[in-house]
Amino acid sequence: MIALPRTNSTAGRVFEHRFLQYRRTFRSSIFSSFLSPALFLTAMGLGLGSYVSTSAVQSLGGVSYLAFLAPGLLAATAMQSASFEATFPIIGGLVWNRIFHAMYATPISPRDIALGNLAWIAARLTFISTVFTLIIILFGAAESPLVVLAIPAAVLTGMAFAAPIAAFSATQRTPDRFSNIFRFGITPLFLFSGTFFPLSSLPTFLQPLAWLTPLYHGVALTRGLSLGTIVDDPGFALVHLIALIGFIAVGIWALLRTMERRLVRG
Amino acid sequence: MSDTPAMPLIRARGLTKRFGTFTAVDSVDFDVERGESFGFLGPNGAGKTSTMRMIGAVSPITAGTLQVMGMDPATQGPLIRARLGVVPQQDTLDAELTVRENLVIYGRYFGMALAEIGRRADELLEFAQLSERAGDQVEPLSGGMKRRLTIARSLINEPELLLLDEPTTGLDPQARHLLWDRLYRLKQRGVTLVLTTHYMDEAEQLCDRLVVMDKARIVAEGSPRELIERYSTREVAELRFAPGVAEGLDGRLDGIAQRVEHLPDRVLLYADDGEAAASAVHQRGLKPETVLVRRSSLEDVFLRLTGRSLIE
Repeated sequence: MIALPRTNSTAGRVFEHRFLQYRRTFRSSIFSSFLSPALFLTAMGLGLGSYVSTSAVQSLGGVSYLAFLAPGLLAATAMQSASFEATFPIIGGLVWNRIFHAMYATPISPRDIALGNLAWIAARLTFISTVFTLIIILFGAAESPLVVLAIPAAVLTGMAFAAPIAAFSATQRTPDRFSNIFRFGITPLFLFSGTFFPLSSLPTFLQPLAWLTPLYHGVALTRGLSLGTIVDDPGFALVHLIALIGFIAVGIWALLRTMERRLVRG
Repeated sequence: MSDTPAMPLIRARGLTKRFGTFTAVDSVDFDVERGESFGFLGPNGAGKTSTMRMIGAVSPITAGTLQVMGMDPATQGPLIRARLGVVPQQDTLDAELTVRENLVIYGRYFGMALAEIGRRADELLEFAQLSERAGDQVEPLSGGMKRRLTIARSLINEPELLLLDEPTTGLDPQARHLLWDRLYRLKQRGVTLVLTTHYMDEAEQLCDRLVVMDKARIVAEGSPRELIERYSTREVAELRFAPGVAEGLDGRLDGIAQRVEHLPDRVLLYADDGEAAASAVHQRGLKPETVLVRRSSLEDVFLRLTGRSLIE
């Protein structure tokens, strides 16, 4: 058993609750955190990558397909985990077991519930991204020691999804619309935000659209760090970073409002 | 501002809650004294839960004034909630955790130290008769056990004031009696209880004083005994007639009782001597299929005050 971390902050106590829940499933969850990136990198990076021609490799910036793909998958995995954590557990606490209402009957405020849950998601993403990055290094797919900074970049990418999606989840009474988020949001982004192929392969009119999605900025950062190319254009990297922080800031602002409104309403 | 002994634990004046154009609570006044057991009795939708949520400092008041333990819920919500115990209408237990873990994490919400929570949790499991289930998951527990766990959980911070929103709704009679016994013990220990209910027997069992709510307003206030004396008679004779007979009774029961109430399924004769009223019915040649003479209850008070029964 892992001891319960303790904190004097009220939002921290919400985090403790998520941790206590997680203790039940952490063994299987740790296993899949290692297994899933290893499987993906083997199948897509090594398997599929062996069919990517040398001429194509030139357009990837002269690196192997595996080295190109791995940091993109890191960012995309953070997005997927974050989106899951920001949907079902939020509606669960509000509707299914109503735990958030139980918390609100104590000195915990809606703001604490919002921030405590986001902190938990950030902690989960840190763990998942660290494991993923270790696997990238083990596969020899990292071209630069800067790859360790891809961990916080991936966490920011995930949070850029988690905060606004959690804000939406806090307005829902059923999970019916969540499948739309995944079907029309997360899955297309996963496929078309530069994870599997450079954005320049897309029709020109679609390329500006990618700028509006957090995953594009996240992939640009994690890839720049893993390949080391980020040092060539630090200004661009800063723009990506600011974009991610912008999504997070707007998402937190929205979540504080929707969570408060929802819990006060009852 | 702190509460002085002379001050009621809860004081509401002109307390109002509106949701858009809908008025859930319409300018109600009441005081709850320290150590008493106070009830809100009324049908669903009367405004009981909205009142409780305002007292619990989770729902802002729309108009009027409200003080809870001398504090203002609008500005001192977390401080008030730190000294409250709340038993909500719907269970809010974490089914993924064990019985004991539910108590422990709840204690943490109040910022209590784990050692203190541990001691308190053991006492409360004993009190709620759940010690044997401490390590079990919550999900398979019976409705009564979940309710007792919710009450145990609400006591983790040793609250001065316990708010119970329909504590026994949906439980079988045995589970209800066990729960009432536990609540009675709390009352004896000096915990102030405020509860809502639409069960007369619950209000009569548990409340020193109660207000009857109907359509967002308080329509009467007093102890169960006082209310019955004021709005009803000592006894009631309930008559059931064969189908169609009751409709043709016009005037034939006049003068037998102080008041006659025609319900869809039965006729109620309000009289201080129910047996005498029932035999008078027979003397007039009427043949009810069944006759039941009972003492007046809060149900009769509610019927008198609103013209409707409590549970529709």
